[in-house]
Amino acid sequence: MYVSVKGGEAAIRRAHRLLADRRRGARDVAEIVPDQIREQLSLAVDRVMNEGALHDRDLAALAVKQARGDLIEAAFLVRAYRTTLPRFGASRPIDTGAMAVERRISATYKDLPGGQILGPTFDYTHRLIDFALASEGETPAPERLDAPSGDGPAAEIPRVTELLAMEGLIEAEPESDDETAVGDLTRAPLRIPAGRDLRLQQLARGDEGFLLALGYSTQRGYGSTHPFAGEIRIGAVEVDFEAPELGFAVPLGAITVSECQMINQFAGSSKVAPTFTRGYGLAFGQVERKVMAMALVDRALRTEELGGAVTAPAQDQEFVLSHADNVQATGFVEHLKLPHYVDFQAELALVRAMRAEHEARIEAEFLDEDGLEEAAE
Amino acid sequence: MNAPLSPQTAPAATGYNFAYLDEQTKRMIRRALLKAVAIPGHQVPFAARDMPMPYGWGTGGIQVTAAILGSGDVLKVIDQGADDTTNAVSIRAFFQKTANVAVTTRTAEATVIQTRHRIPEKPLKAGQTLVFQVPIPEPLRFLEPRETETRVMHALADYGLMHVKLYEDIAKHGHIAKTYAYPVEVEGRYVMDPSPIPKFDNPKLSMSPALQLFGAGREKRIYALPPFTRVKSLDFEDHPFEPTRFEAPCALCGATDSYLDEVVTDDRGTRMFVCSDTDHCEERRADGHRGLLAGDDLVDTITREADVERDDGAPIVPLP
Repeated sequence: MYVSVKGGEAAIRRAHRLLADRRRGARDVAEIVPDQIREQLSLAVDRVMNEGALHDRDLAALAVKQARGDLIEAAFLVRAYRTTLPRFGASRPIDTGAMAVERRISATYKDLPGGQILGPTFDYTHRLIDFALASEGETPAPERLDAPSGDGPAAEIPRVTELLAMEGLIEAEPESDDETAVGDLTRAPLRIPAGRDLRLQQLARGDEGFLLALGYSTQRGYGSTHPFAGEIRIGAVEVDFEAPELGFAVPLGAITVSECQMINQFAGSSKVAPTFTRGYGLAFGQVERKVMAMALVDRALRTEELGGAVTAPAQDQEFVLSHADNVQATGFVEHLKLPHYVDFQAELALVRAMRAEHEARIEAEFLDEDGLEEAAE
Repeated sequence: MNAPLSPQTAPAATGYNFAYLDEQTKRMIRRALLKAVAIPGHQVPFAARDMPMPYGWGTGGIQVTAAILGSGDVLKVIDQGADDTTNAVSIRAFFQKTANVAVTTRTAEATVIQTRHRIPEKPLKAGQTLVFQVPIPEPLRFLEPRETETRVMHALADYGLMHVKLYEDIAKHGHIAKTYAYPVEVEGRYVMDPSPIPKFDNPKLSMSPALQLFGAGREKRIYALPPFTRVKSLDFEDHPFEPTRFEAPCALCGATDSYLDEVVTDDRGTRMFVCSDTDHCEERRADGHRGLLAGDDLVDTITREADVERDDGAPIVPLP
């Protein structure tokens, strides 16, 4: 008997045991605990929550540990868990205008109501490896400034787009209405063309790298949208849930989100005066790069509804939405590891037959040429 | 499939519903299945769930199986025709864990057979259900990448593009250069992708007494062939469809009518051809059929023959 595929069950069991061993690494190094990941690798946790499409910092941290730091694998673990969770409703729309802002910047105004707040950012750090981090040491607590007099800490920080809207310079924010249900792409198969609600859902859980590359491509001329980073804000917002039997909304808690409003040029059409248009990005946690790329791609995907011609990949709904999900993408790319020998056998036979035919044809041509030469002589 | 569909009769993995999926999801999938059976060959969109296995590794088939499995079912899972390939082992273990169903490797004993890339050699019977794992359900996908376009083409039964492709193959190569996932026409209406089964298996699709269900998880589509559906592999009058034929019988069981895998047995080009359907091969050997290389001295035989050829200075000829 040949043994190549026998013993699969035992092999799988042993492989998984080996995997657990490699995950643990050298035993003389302390084992990492999910709390450390949640607190000290929090941006990895944020990414996993977004691509795993579930807000649960502890679960995402555990997934990062289980996945040995492979963030797509971690997102996959979270997704598979998410499928099994019951759904009892949708929250009220969160109000990012009422955000407890930790970071808020605008690239379109030098100063503006609410001010520019840098917050915890990598921006303006020099990317020099900090060797001091390799040794243990206390990190000093952040400095606290007294709230500037006048405004008070609880002062509202208006959105930049609202300032533009007052002048009518930017398209109106689409009105949310309670009557129309928001689509859920995990509960209904995505149909193209998809509404903006579904598009933004897919982008929010889409792969950060994919969105980054697509957003970048629009900046390099593949579907330019002439963007300005109108506003990026990061902070905590309250999530309210309206239970039908209560009749009023109750707060479930606060989550940190990142929001990006891109302001893009729009030359107008025969019916619409020239205005600025919006590209929007929103995601869990501190994920500035993700929401900026998302906003660029969101605007690019609106090309058709704004009367433009779809010419670039980032503007193409079917291309973008079908390929943004990295859990799907990694599964299908990696399924090439599975045995394909039945199909390969079929191809092998065909290629052999075609090569034999090819050889016979060359030989026949060679003989023909010979014949011609002889005739010429 | 024929067993009662009532959940929770057997203790399964704790914390999960019978066969993993919750009953609402199963109901959604069953609705899609009913529609698919009612319109043979038509791709029905369904809200495929994120599963605990990767997309592309059989999540569509697994969801269909989960939706039709009852506690009295007997499940067989094959990949490449074999019960013991790693992914088949993994999927079988999944349903043992989550549904605690009886499993078998014997085609005749199974009520539900989940398969990737093959149809069992033993003819299926009425009452059996064959569940295919499908990577790309759209037969026109490689001719037209856009779903928005292909949907219209199916609606209008506009399959000219496919016929042109097959014609171009003949013009270029002398024959249709499609050896697996060979497109079929269902009851004279829908062109359907039979999943990447070798075209050798295509004739088994037609007029089968068994129910054949196709699940594509990543692409979120389900389609079906109810029992005794006419399924025709696309061809031309002057270039009729020809299933793959093998020149040699199975080296282990001597079968001449089964699909064979080529197994390379050394680094000098020695090969053997054996049934891809392991159950079929084992059953035949149990019935006393013997191929050229059956028996425990197999490795010796191959080595000896290869050595003889090499010593003679003759080119190494593929076995047998």
